[in-house]
Amino acid sequence: MAQIFQRSTNTIARLSIYGAVILIALLGFAVDVINKTSYVTEVNNARPQPVPFSHKHHVGELGLDCRYCHTSVEVSSSAGMPPTETCMTCHSQIWTNSAMLEPVRASYSESKPISWLRVNAVPDFVYFNHSIHVAKGVGCTTCHGPIAEMNITWRAQTLYMRWCVDCHKTPENYLRPRSEVFNAFYQAPSDQLALGRQLLKEYKVQKLTNCTTCHR
Amino acid sequence: METEKKNGAQLDVDIATLRQAASERTTPRFWRSLDELAATPEFREHAENEFPHGANDITATLDRRELLKVMAASAAFAGLTGCTKLPEQRIVPYVRQPEQIIPGKPLFYATATTLAGVATGILVESHMARPTKVEGNPDHPASLGASDAFAQASVLGLYDPDRSQAEIHDGRIGSWPEFQNELSAALAAEKGSGGAGLRLLTPTITSPTLASQIRAFLKTFPSAKWHQYESVARDNVREGAKLAFGEYVNTVYLVDRAEVILSLDSDFLTSGPGCVRYSRDFSRKRRVESPESKMNRLYAVESTPTNTGAMADHRLKMRATEIESFARALAKELGLAAAAGPAFSSSVPPEWIPAVARDLKQHAGASLVVLGDHQPPIVHALVHSINQALGNFDKTVYITQPIEETPINQWQSIGELTADMRAGKVTTLFILGGNPAYDAPADLTLKELLPKVKFSARLGLYEDETSALCHWHIPQAHSLESWGDAKAYNGAITVSQPLIAPLYGGKSEIDFLAVLTGQAGEPSHDIVREFWKAQQTDVQAFDAHWEKTLRDGVMAGVALFAKQVSLKPGIGADAPAAAQQGLEIIFRPDPTIWDGRFANNGWLQELPKPLTKLTWDSVAMLSPKTAQRLGIKSEDAVELKYQGRTIVAPAWVMPGHADESVTVFLGYGRTRAGRVGTGVGFDAGWIRPYATPWIGTGLEIRKTGAKWALAATQTHNSMEGRDLVRVATLDEYRKNPQFAQVDAEKNPLSLYPEVKYEGYSWGMAIDLNACTGCGACVVACQAENNIAVVGKTEVMIGREMHWIRIDRYFEGDLDDPRTYHEPVVCMHCEDAPCEVVCPVVATVHSAEGLNEMIYNRCVGTRYCSNNCPYKVRRFNYRLYSDWETPSLFGMRNPNVTVRSRGVMEKCSYCVQRINAVKIEAEKQDRTVRDGEIVTACQQSCPSEAIVFGNINDPESAVSKLKKKNLNYSLLEELNTRPRTTYQARLRNPNPEIEKVAI
Repeated sequence: MAQIFQRSTNTIARLSIYGAVILIALLGFAVDVINKTSYVTEVNNARPQPVPFSHKHHVGELGLDCRYCHTSVEVSSSAGMPPTETCMTCHSQIWTNSAMLEPVRASYSESKPISWLRVNAVPDFVYFNHSIHVAKGVGCTTCHGPIAEMNITWRAQTLYMRWCVDCHKTPENYLRPRSEVFNAFYQAPSDQLALGRQLLKEYKVQKLTNCTTCHR
Repeated sequence: METEKKNGAQLDVDIATLRQAASERTTPRFWRSLDELAATPEFREHAENEFPHGANDITATLDRRELLKVMAASAAFAGLTGCTKLPEQRIVPYVRQPEQIIPGKPLFYATATTLAGVATGILVESHMARPTKVEGNPDHPASLGASDAFAQASVLGLYDPDRSQAEIHDGRIGSWPEFQNELSAALAAEKGSGGAGLRLLTPTITSPTLASQIRAFLKTFPSAKWHQYESVARDNVREGAKLAFGEYVNTVYLVDRAEVILSLDSDFLTSGPGCVRYSRDFSRKRRVESPESKMNRLYAVESTPTNTGAMADHRLKMRATEIESFARALAKELGLAAAAGPAFSSSVPPEWIPAVARDLKQHAGASLVVLGDHQPPIVHALVHSINQALGNFDKTVYITQPIEETPINQWQSIGELTADMRAGKVTTLFILGGNPAYDAPADLTLKELLPKVKFSARLGLYEDETSALCHWHIPQAHSLESWGDAKAYNGAITVSQPLIAPLYGGKSEIDFLAVLTGQAGEPSHDIVREFWKAQQTDVQAFDAHWEKTLRDGVMAGVALFAKQVSLKPGIGADAPAAAQQGLEIIFRPDPTIWDGRFANNGWLQELPKPLTKLTWDSVAMLSPKTAQRLGIKSEDAVELKYQGRTIVAPAWVMPGHADESVTVFLGYGRTRAGRVGTGVGFDAGWIRPYATPWIGTGLEIRKTGAKWALAATQTHNSMEGRDLVRVATLDEYRKNPQFAQVDAEKNPLSLYPEVKYEGYSWGMAIDLNACTGCGACVVACQAENNIAVVGKTEVMIGREMHWIRIDRYFEGDLDDPRTYHEPVVCMHCEDAPCEVVCPVVATVHSAEGLNEMIYNRCVGTRYCSNNCPYKVRRFNYRLYSDWETPSLFGMRNPNVTVRSRGVMEKCSYCVQRINAVKIEAEKQDRTVRDGEIVTACQQSCPSEAIVFGNINDPESAVSKLKKKNLNYSLLEELNTRPRTTYQARLRNPNPEIEKVAI
């Protein structure tokens, strides 16, 4: 009986085995790369909004405090989104005829809320609380990025768990004095680690890495 | 009817064998069910299988190749899920944000929940104007911060998708304006005769505002009649008061002042007006701090076993018809001129009555006799005279004006109404609430008479049996959607305010009556407010007074005061009727769905009934001895024939039930309740005669030969019969204060490294001496933690999802056992067996000692549950959470994940509450104060049986409890070091009765 397999079959067999391993590894690598792209993470993607609200203008140029609009950031889990009324405190006086602001005026006069596209989101099984982070010296821009430069708001960080845990393990790398929390132009000092360690003690910051800190 | 055979509760061993088994039982002393006692093969299978009927079906036919395929596919899918993007979400802020509303911060409003007109104060948690959770109102006398299962379940009632959503006119959708037009025409037609054909049928009204509206209406139509009716009416209580005092009055107990209590066929601790308060007062008199402490003593004489009977130090089972003889004998023993009643059919130990009488007399002024509502009026009068003779009036019991605005005999009232209907005298009928077509006595044939009324309109939460027979059905606003007022058990005025605008445009009773009184369109808020403003003499101060009332949930300065009454002489002196022969039947409201009004509430349907642990069904309950005589076993379908009517019911053999007596429960067998309640159980009301609505004799019972499978949870999660409740008498405790420390090896060896818990260290202590087994905690936990309802068939295979269960243990004699309740939550073991077996680290330990369960990590191996010695883990075998019904989204607690299929879950010690309090404390730069974190079960508990706190703080309440020598852990020998521990149960028996200590 003739040989079924040629000698070359050995090579093909080896090639396909190693090839499969390499292919799987490549696939894994590709998934990882795709997962890190801004397509998936939404990082740095400016998202279209019903009103082209510019944080750059309001925060960067006019110098409005974060808390003027995000009123509950110091008391609640949610930072709060401004009701139309908040916009109209100024825009009933200035830029009253601006076409850009038409949806705001319409919302106010028709009592129909503006439906914003959420920029910073965590999954439903994550329970994040703004107030405690702010109280412990985590600045707004630490997570929300250079908000004073954003014409249309984008997500500055992945908000992935590894990113959260990084800070929960080593908060000293990110803490700033409470007085600087709402400073959109804050630059970390060169001796951040020393400052961070000092604040860690002063603010009694705990390195909370229990699962139920965020998941429940 | 279901005839499917199920695991567990098939009682195929005859009762004589069981009785033998019970009497011979030495270790363990306790048994959970008849099946366990019999150790039937079905029970063994059920107990040994961690997952009875589990999802093992795949592996049975799976070969290696298939397995690899499945594994490869799962791996691929698992990888792919990592690639999903978060879905696009919108943020929709307010246009004008209401003051006080802060997204993420709940608000609490004081309002009221009513059952049969009697109010209990509650606080309702509201998330962005969505009511999500009911809590007790600490400022309200009927609540003192606790609540019952009905109140807890009222949020589900509010969001029930089956609530009626439109006006129905003769089967078609109508409208409110159309109704108002027709109504005006109907009223105009009645005007000439002064409303001679006009009838108003309401449930019990304690609301002063509603009553004033009704009176105004009756002024315009002087010949019209107002009827009140409840199927669980307290007529006998009212008539008994009339016999005793010559007028209708209200009786209030001061249980916290009573040293000795005798309960005669009453379940005053967990049922009826004031039970939440009574339960708290009772448990406070039972706290044992040290061997020197004193305890109150409770005697119970009862027919149907109740929670009160289970709490009793001495319990005597007795047919309900013979309670009168007992009361007479007691009265005589106390020196009253009562004629003796017929002899008892079962033997009453001869020392019993004299000993109880002596004990009561010794504590004159600090004793109390309480009687069940369903007992005949003469017995109520007798009990009043006994309390009087004991000098208890104005000490442990006091009399006030009736809390009903117009107290009447309600059964007489419905009788008159149906008589008038039969005579054709009724042309216009308004039915506000209630459900008379379902629950009016069957022999009054209201169902046939109702369609003959020319104009009938019905205001109801559901388009139910009554609505179907009326010309108009108007959707009613839920109590959490409407303004109103009502009186508590002691007459405290409780104002209820809406938490949300009516979801389906419902109208409240006040709105409806406003149309009748020509106030149509006036907001119900204004009507209630104006009513109370008119009562206030100081108009200037009214605004502040009103604001305070709304804030507190109870009105200051208008309580009913003790009323001076004089007892009529010679009560019970006349010879009573002769003994009633034959099998006795007792009608009782169902412990979880009451008279049927909660039939469509899945939480209450699935709440195991306190003593039988049955869900989703009602039963005909009878004693082992009677069952043996009749050859009946549990789950036999039996035919009950009573006064010419028959019905088929499932039988249930209940240890401790009076012999020659059968209890049936009202509220089931609904035909138009909704998707949850329709067609569940049998309607005991069908055989309930108008003449004897509560107790009667002459019942005939016959086996049909068929089986009726029941879903009882009592055999689920067996703890393999180890003695998990520890009990001693007060004397035994005084002699041996360490009795609860059985075989407790101090600091046993452990394979696990020692962990030091610094900072907070959460723990719980559960007092078995306080727990009455009422079930409020189970429903509170369900509401707080978004726990799903699974349905009867899933409960039958042990898949109920409750995070807290109340185990019931029997001890001793099969015919008259002692009963104990033991709530079991996750033990949060320091060395938790579940954690080490999880392959994906989805259950881990926190630095504060919590056993954490992380849903998004769980892959559903169920190893953890398999390895849990306490059986407290629950697995989502199917998608039990309702992810589709929109109205239910609003009900969910936004701070707890709604679990999906394939995920394990369990008690988290309400970690969302812990975190919320910790965050507030951190922001204020302080530590959490003791008592600041209150778990949902603890919050709802009427008897303060559950205490939670930081065990690292030696001054915390929980630490102090854990230091007591009554404190013990479940399955200590396993060295799991549970954070949940128990305080042993103590009994305080009368040495004159109990000669031999167990």
